[in-house]
Amino acid sequence: MFRNQYDTDVTTWSPAGRLFQVEYAMEAVKQGSAAIGLRSKTHVVLGCVNKAQSELSSHQKKIFKVDDHIGVAIAGLTADGRVLSKYMRNECINYGFGYEGKLPVGRLVVQLADKAQVCTQRSWKRPYGVGLLVGGLDESGAHLYYNCPSGNYFEYQAFAIGSRSQAAKTYLERKFETFTDASKDELIRHAIFAIKETLQGEKLTSSTCTIAVLGVGEPFHILNQQAIEELIKSFEIAEEEPAADEPDAAPEVEQPAAGDQAAPPADEGAAPMEI
Amino acid sequence: MDLIQIRGGNLVGHESDSQRTQYPYVTGTSVIGIKYKDGILIAADMGGSYGSTIRYKSVERIKPIGKHSLLGASGEISDFQEILRNLDELILYDNMWDDGNTLGPKEVHNYLTRMMYNRRNKFNPLWNSLVLGGVKNGQKYLGTVSMIGVHYEDNHVATGFGNHLAKPILRDEWHEDLSFEDGVRLLEKCMRVLLYRDRSAVNKLQIAKLTEEGVTVSPPYALKTHWEFNSFKNPTAGAEGSW
Repeated sequence: MFRNQYDTDVTTWSPAGRLFQVEYAMEAVKQGSAAIGLRSKTHVVLGCVNKAQSELSSHQKKIFKVDDHIGVAIAGLTADGRVLSKYMRNECINYGFGYEGKLPVGRLVVQLADKAQVCTQRSWKRPYGVGLLVGGLDESGAHLYYNCPSGNYFEYQAFAIGSRSQAAKTYLERKFETFTDASKDELIRHAIFAIKETLQGEKLTSSTCTIAVLGVGEPFHILNQQAIEELIKSFEIAEEEPAADEPDAAPEVEQPAAGDQAAPPADEGAAPMEI
Repeated sequence: MDLIQIRGGNLVGHESDSQRTQYPYVTGTSVIGIKYKDGILIAADMGGSYGSTIRYKSVERIKPIGKHSLLGASGEISDFQEILRNLDELILYDNMWDDGNTLGPKEVHNYLTRMMYNRRNKFNPLWNSLVLGGVKNGQKYLGTVSMIGVHYEDNHVATGFGNHLAKPILRDEWHEDLSFEDGVRLLEKCMRVLLYRDRSAVNKLQIAKLTEEGVTVSPPYALKTHWEFNSFKNPTAGAEGSW
């Protein structure tokens, strides 16, 4: 996308029928650090990569509890995300006050999308520069939605947004068919692996990622660091699955003197093992 | 010159803030609701009194709300109609979402409570006592809201005179998992007492049933009454003015 004469404000169409400001806002989402979400029939897991301004500072908060039954992970302009989370929390509280029930997540995302759409049709506003992965429950079970700065929203079985999210999406595309009936722990495992994909080589530790879970009969909560640390350790011990196109094949460090004799793991013609 | 007017003990601004606590005009009397094995039963007669006159005898005081709820009202009939209009809009918007989520009886009850309480706070109440019952996903729900916003849930509720005459019977004879016949019999027993003793009761009633399958409001019918008690003959025989 190059700068052109139709991109100064959001209320100007380009001759090709595009609103460039909206598209630039979606770029902002792509630049943010990754966030992923996946769901089964009864649970939703949200995860994100933690990014800190510097070594001295704490990391950005990218996962927010909206209500006991709704949580959101954001990517992009986190300030916009924070403000939208506040809006979502308010809507849930007001619904609870008026109806003594839980706001169905499907209705909340529509309200959120309508709010985003307004910013695409006012000359004195700008679109929100944040993508939201909203996970929540309603009468038909667990749902995961993605809300765009454009004012669109889609429902997903699993999705990833932000930088290097394509790697996570590829992983999720391979595995998503098992998600509907997966257990909570399996979902969390997939979430951690998906986040690992986006790190692409960087070390996955409990301080570089955050995981949150919600489900039927289980209110939204963020897993504490220790729990994540243990999960990461247990996955490393179990080794990664020998999938054919797994980019980082598990290095088999336990085999000394493997030398050039050692047959590479299940993948054929894959990159040589790192010893 | 603007004089401060005092009328009836209340300060009245000259711009006639017209809304103040009103008086009811056409009123319905008691409503009784109980939970039974399959759902909810609500009974109310069809009378609309105009003060001490029984002016209207075909007023439907129990109405279905959405798919899952029944609303019965005593008190000012026009306010009941207003409430029905509000709920109609509420249910309409709920249906328009068309997303598989629906407002259940708990939600409607809470909404009504907010409506009644907020009006009470403005000194302009909806002059009704409401009984809201429903079944959703197998869960039975029965609650009541008064005109000042007092609300609670219970296994059996009553409004107006029903509180004094029907509740004692219900407390004694209600139990979990009443059959439909037993439930109706219990309600009729209460309605009969009300018919004998409540001057605004009329002998034309409806009983509405709500289960997971849906709502049925019975056609109007009358209760059999028995007046051949000995005490009713020569009422002053025993003691002058005993009645």
